[in-house]
Amino acid sequence: MQHSISVKDLTLNFGAVSVLKTLNLDVAEGEFIVLLGPSGCGKSTLLNCLAGLLDISDGQIWIKGKNVTWAEPSERGIGMVFQSYALYPQMTVRGNLSFGLKNARMPKDEIDRRVARAAEILQIGPLLDRKPAALSGGQRQRVAIGRALVRDVDVFLFDEPLSNLDAKLRSELRVEIKRLHARLGNTMVYVTHDQIEALTLADRIAVMRGGIIQQLDAPQTIYNKPANLFVAGFIGSPSMNFLHGSVVDAGRAFTVAGAKIDLSAYDGGRPVDMDKAILGLRPEHITLAAEAEPGRTIPATVEIDEPMGADSLVWLTTGGTQISVRVPVERRLAPGTNVHLRVDVAKASLFDAKSEQRV
Amino acid sequence: MADATVNTAPPRPSGTRIDAASGPRGAKPRRRLSPGNIMLYGTLIVVALYYLLPLWVMVMTSVKGMPEIRMGNIFAPPVEVTFQPWVKAWAEACTGLNCDGLSRGFWNSVQILIPSVILSIAVASVNGYALVNWRFKGSDVFFTILIFGSFIPYQIMLYPIVILLREMGIYGTLWGLVLVHTIFGMPILTLLFRNYFSSLPEELFKAARVDGAGFWGIYFRIMLPMSLPIFVVAVILQVTGIWNDFLFGVVYTKPELYPMTVQLNNIVNSVQGVKEYNVNMAATLLTGLVPLIVYFLSGKLFVRGIAAGAVKG
Amino acid sequence: MAGNTRRMRPFRNIYAKIAALPMILTTLVVFVGGTIWTVTYSFTDSKLLPRLNFVGFDQYERLWSNSLWLTSIQNLMIFGVFSLVFTIGMGFLLAVLMDQKIRYEDTFRTIMLYPFALSFIVTGLVWQWVLNPDLGIQHFVRGLGFESFEFDPLSNPDTVLYGLLIAGLWQGTGFVMCIMLAGLRGIDEDIWKAARVDGIPRWKTYLFVVIPMMRPVFITVLVIVASGIIKLYDLVVAQTSGGPGNASQVPAMYVYRYMFTAQNLGQGFAASTMMLLSVLIVLIPWAYLEFGGKKHG
Repeated sequence: MQHSISVKDLTLNFGAVSVLKTLNLDVAEGEFIVLLGPSGCGKSTLLNCLAGLLDISDGQIWIKGKNVTWAEPSERGIGMVFQSYALYPQMTVRGNLSFGLKNARMPKDEIDRRVARAAEILQIGPLLDRKPAALSGGQRQRVAIGRALVRDVDVFLFDEPLSNLDAKLRSELRVEIKRLHARLGNTMVYVTHDQIEALTLADRIAVMRGGIIQQLDAPQTIYNKPANLFVAGFIGSPSMNFLHGSVVDAGRAFTVAGAKIDLSAYDGGRPVDMDKAILGLRPEHITLAAEAEPGRTIPATVEIDEPMGADSLVWLTTGGTQISVRVPVERRLAPGTNVHLRVDVAKASLFDAKSEQRV
Repeated sequence: MADATVNTAPPRPSGTRIDAASGPRGAKPRRRLSPGNIMLYGTLIVVALYYLLPLWVMVMTSVKGMPEIRMGNIFAPPVEVTFQPWVKAWAEACTGLNCDGLSRGFWNSVQILIPSVILSIAVASVNGYALVNWRFKGSDVFFTILIFGSFIPYQIMLYPIVILLREMGIYGTLWGLVLVHTIFGMPILTLLFRNYFSSLPEELFKAARVDGAGFWGIYFRIMLPMSLPIFVVAVILQVTGIWNDFLFGVVYTKPELYPMTVQLNNIVNSVQGVKEYNVNMAATLLTGLVPLIVYFLSGKLFVRGIAAGAVKG
Repeated sequence: MAGNTRRMRPFRNIYAKIAALPMILTTLVVFVGGTIWTVTYSFTDSKLLPRLNFVGFDQYERLWSNSLWLTSIQNLMIFGVFSLVFTIGMGFLLAVLMDQKIRYEDTFRTIMLYPFALSFIVTGLVWQWVLNPDLGIQHFVRGLGFESFEFDPLSNPDTVLYGLLIAGLWQGTGFVMCIMLAGLRGIDEDIWKAARVDGIPRWKTYLFVVIPMMRPVFITVLVIVASGIIKLYDLVVAQTSGGPGNASQVPAMYVYRYMFTAQNLGQGFAASTMMLLSVLIVLIPWAYLEFGGKKHG
């Protein structure tokens, strides 16, 4: 089975600084892959390398079975959409769409056909004779996508295309892009720092940090089983709670705040005794218990509760850390109240505090 | 994992998706000496020669003796270096009126330069400050006229200014010329300061007013300390512009007060008889030395000054 | 504390008004007042001293039938067109070269820009010397063996303007290059990337995308260079003194001659009014383009 994109041992150094470190990545045909991470993690750099806009220091890039490591961007079979749209300001929309095709000496009717098709798919027909300055942000982004569409390529690259738009437009265009992918079926590589975009759009997410892919998995897997502490803390809002404690009893129990949690229901590897371990729990996987349940609850003290319409986010301290828990909004808790929290071990993630890896 | 006791090599995976050994790998080879690069740097070097040529010639000619010059190779370095032309240019060269050399013109230029730079910058900076932070009705109209006025050819205002200076009793004096330089430096300097001051955060100004500071207080205690770079740019612009001026120097001063540029022209162009090219070039170099030094010392700030001049209106 | 602290209109913001007094005086008295004065007196027959004796368009008739004036205008036009085209063209091309991420960029820029720091007098004199037929370039090349090499622009009335052009370009192109380079650097990098993905070669990107985007820069440079050309004076005085004969006379020299040496103020005023008109011809369309429709102030 041939991959649409294959990255082998990709390394990029700027002088002494290693920006991308021996990256390996395989993207299947028609897959929508999102490169997600904080600024500086290398996601845009990786995208630019895929596009051929940046020369790499080592490794190979294959697109549709062809080694394109040294090929020019226009020869790689890619189309690209930029954060700032990068439309040619002095040309009309039609001009923007056809400029590259005219340069490639394509016959006029073929150009017209492609422009019309792109206009129809993206609904920019009535805008064809306008200049970019006369378009709204959302329209401009559609034209930018159209410019990639007319190239009739297999791979689309998106470099944070929605970051310049306001929240409402962002969610509208997000849906459009998902629809576009469903309709066209092209392979899409999408860079963003926004988790929501990643979780909603991706077939698989590559979470990046410091030039290395931390985890490459389907969105739900990343959410439920983050591979390390960084991914666990990065994905999910409000973020995952981290309880610092130890694993004892030959890996059967986790101690924190004077309580013991039974780990037999843990979904993952086999826990071994660890002096310093971290149990990660999302706010929605902790519930209030009426009383202490040995092996299942831990004690905590309420700090503050934040009612948020449908439910409340309650902040408590336990074992020296501050954690957040979702409770029904009717349960008002006064600061200082001591409560018992029931943890759902089956949904939890256990981390070795030193290696930061998930067990 | 294969059991260590079994003595068979693990089977080689066949038909691998990617044969990692095939095709290009790693950094794209970039030929240093590609035709594109050769043309690029070649052109730049030829252009650089065009620019450097006159400087080279100036320096070379100014240290040769006349016999050597008459032999004619203008580009050759001197066989015998002599600084006599420099001495002559500075102290003995004859203009139409006297034979004191350029030194007189140099000191004149210095005398003209210092008050002009100080006055023009002081006036324009306060102006720019007033325009940004203390706007009043009509202030912008005046500013626009000022800018437009800077495009008008000086010739049209030459004579009225003569009359003005005569009425004020300073025609032909140092202060007359200083006033002229201040007037004509105002448009671009005001623009420079105005643009700079409007880029400073307004909160600074508002906070100072809340603290009770007034017009001059804010200017001296807040604006000035923050504006060192732009003052340097203004000084560079004015030193270059005023030192290099010729027209105003010739119209508004008497011969004893002629700046260096006017003297230079007199020395070179009005001498009949034998032309002493080496002295001429030494004199030319001497005149260009001050702005050149300013230029080489100021680097990026000079460029910034130019850019400011170009962002008009 | 006394009640009413609201000051009278003219005294509000008094310090700013005092501080702006120089600007106000300059604009009113010198720029506006001076211009009006000169234009008015151009309709008089002032000779040694200005006098208010109106003679209608007399001075202008004399001006336009004076062959010296006509030569000056013609010279300026020829020089002006070439200078404009070559300064802007060369400046732009140099900027493009400098934009190619070259090494030693600072060195090259320092070399190209230093002539701009020099006085026109220095420039004129240096090039006068370099172009000297007996001892300058012509002699040098002949010395290399090209016996019949001719390069003596300054002695020939038909070519003296080109000699001036060489000097003028030498001084001014660096300035234009700096401004163009700043303009080029202001182009969003993503546009370059998009063009590259589209497969557009660099030169086409410059031609069809970058230059149209730089229209405002070109216009600004055009206005600045043009208004500088009209004022051309120092360079000519130094390099050719208007010669050979009158072959390189320019309007600014005409003004100076009649205003200060030939004791014919009226002519001088008329000539400078004509110079003003020519600048207005450049300025007014530009002002319209830049500010058309918007109110001043």
